[in-house]
Amino acid sequence: MSLTLAEKILSSKTGSRVEAGDIIVTSVDLIMAHDGTAPIAINQLKELGLNVFDPSKIILVLDHATPSPKETVSNLHKMIREFAWKNNIKLYDVGCGVCHQILVENHVNPLTVVLGADSHTCTHGALGAFATGMGSTDIAVAMGYGQTWLKVPHTYKIKIDGKLPPHVYSKDLILTIIKKITASGATYMSMEFQGSTLKHLTMEDRFTIANMAIEAGGKTGLFPVDETTIKYLANTGRSTNIRLEPDPDAYYQKELELDATQLQPVVAAPDQVDNVHPVSELEGQEVNQVFIGTCTNGRLSDLQTAARILKGNKVNSRVRLIIQPSSAKIYLQALKTGLIETFIEAGATVNPPGCGPCIGRHLGILADGEICLSTQNRNFKGRMGNPNSKIYLSNPEIAALAAVKGYITNPTK
Amino acid sequence: MILKGRVWKFGDNVNTDEIIAGKRLLTLDFNEIAKYAFEAIDPEFTKKVKPGDIIIAGDNFGCGSSREQAPIVIKKLGVSAVIANYFARIFFRNAINIGLPLIEAPGAYQIINEGDIIEVNLTEGVIKNFTTNKEIRFKKIPKFLTEILAEGGVINYLRKNGEFKI
Repeated sequence: MSLTLAEKILSSKTGSRVEAGDIIVTSVDLIMAHDGTAPIAINQLKELGLNVFDPSKIILVLDHATPSPKETVSNLHKMIREFAWKNNIKLYDVGCGVCHQILVENHVNPLTVVLGADSHTCTHGALGAFATGMGSTDIAVAMGYGQTWLKVPHTYKIKIDGKLPPHVYSKDLILTIIKKITASGATYMSMEFQGSTLKHLTMEDRFTIANMAIEAGGKTGLFPVDETTIKYLANTGRSTNIRLEPDPDAYYQKELELDATQLQPVVAAPDQVDNVHPVSELEGQEVNQVFIGTCTNGRLSDLQTAARILKGNKVNSRVRLIIQPSSAKIYLQALKTGLIETFIEAGATVNPPGCGPCIGRHLGILADGEICLSTQNRNFKGRMGNPNSKIYLSNPEIAALAAVKGYITNPTK
Repeated sequence: MILKGRVWKFGDNVNTDEIIAGKRLLTLDFNEIAKYAFEAIDPEFTKKVKPGDIIIAGDNFGCGSSREQAPIVIKKLGVSAVIANYFARIFFRNAINIGLPLIEAPGAYQIINEGDIIEVNLTEGVIKNFTTNKEIRFKKIPKFLTEILAEGGVINYLRKNGEFKI
């Protein structure tokens, strides 16, 4: 039988041929939790009566409310730090960045199983890892046993051909896919990306796409391991000979084909990620806040795109523009290449690397009735801390343009 | 396992931010957090819901974040089970792991109204609506997951079994 990427990785992990629908127990190569999920995991591990099975396979990241906005959070941070120190676990403390960016920059390898106590763990699938989000208790079990149980997922094949037109980014591609298959179209499934467009997509583009697999309900979002992957891994100290692609006649439960050349810039309107419209339909929508950052679109190329728009321009006097690099590494690159200077001169404010306003804990909570245009992955009611506000989602170019104009603007005009 | 209770009805795509907002997760005091469950949908919900009540929703209940506090607050409110056409994957695992019964029963939404008194028989795979005298069958969850639920969650299950018995 021919295998999908998910079946190949999980077969390789378990040492036996597994196929969609099988319930398996697999060893785990990397386990991640952050300040939103680690405290419950630590307590559950204690309940299990176990110690961590292998500290070198666990990564803890403080990113969800950093630096701490409140004493209760400070106490949780302290709990996580003390657990990491006691167990000799690698800890990325405040300011290092968003957990998913830190993991793809430093730790994830192809053909591995990565579990993260965060739904956007699917991001790491861009590197050919079976990476999936779970809750704190599942993570505690993995920390203690080094194993987890999984149902081998069926696969949704997404085949994209052709080159993206100008002003159309990977964000527009994934938002268009989610619009077509809906917010639950890939529930319980692995989304596997294929087609001639892939060779035009950088690793940063692929992270953006894989990151949003969960917004269609996907268990993971997988890319083949090709030249682009190998080069990225080599440049970040992870040389590998592993190549990974699906078998030509693997079985796909669902399939979608897209012509990349026909895509246009899009915006997701409140309050569902699949409420996607061509930007032309939403032109003129006023915004109070623009946020450029997150595990979806806070990488160097995203900041470069924003800087191209902001250079020599000013943020509209009725808009706050918040920019948040996804990791300290990206922050430093942005600083050295003058992007941060461009942002400050334009009147933006720059947050320290982390999740920031995306999750509504602090650093940019909206007022009643306010509208935010964000490069993040979710526009759920109340997501940014106030259920009486509204969130639109877009690529960084549309976001930066809106910050300057004060309203959603079509970049192709 | 038989559960009987009064029904609260929600729509499609109820996400974890709506079940419990990110801004409420700044403490491990779950009784405190539970006061804010479903506030974005119905700020009065936590005052109205009673222990033993059952939630029924449409498609994709629990979509969004991996926050385990979502099923935790539902359980803290005393809700005995959640029925939906289907659940988002991470929420499904989280609920089973903490011992909150979930029932995937496509079609139940159409025969059950808010306030109805229903009985869910997890062993037989049947929901009975005492208010309308209608009945619907559902596909039982895998035995392995029923065993986790029977132990009150995966922690107790593993303490008893020492491993996953699949």
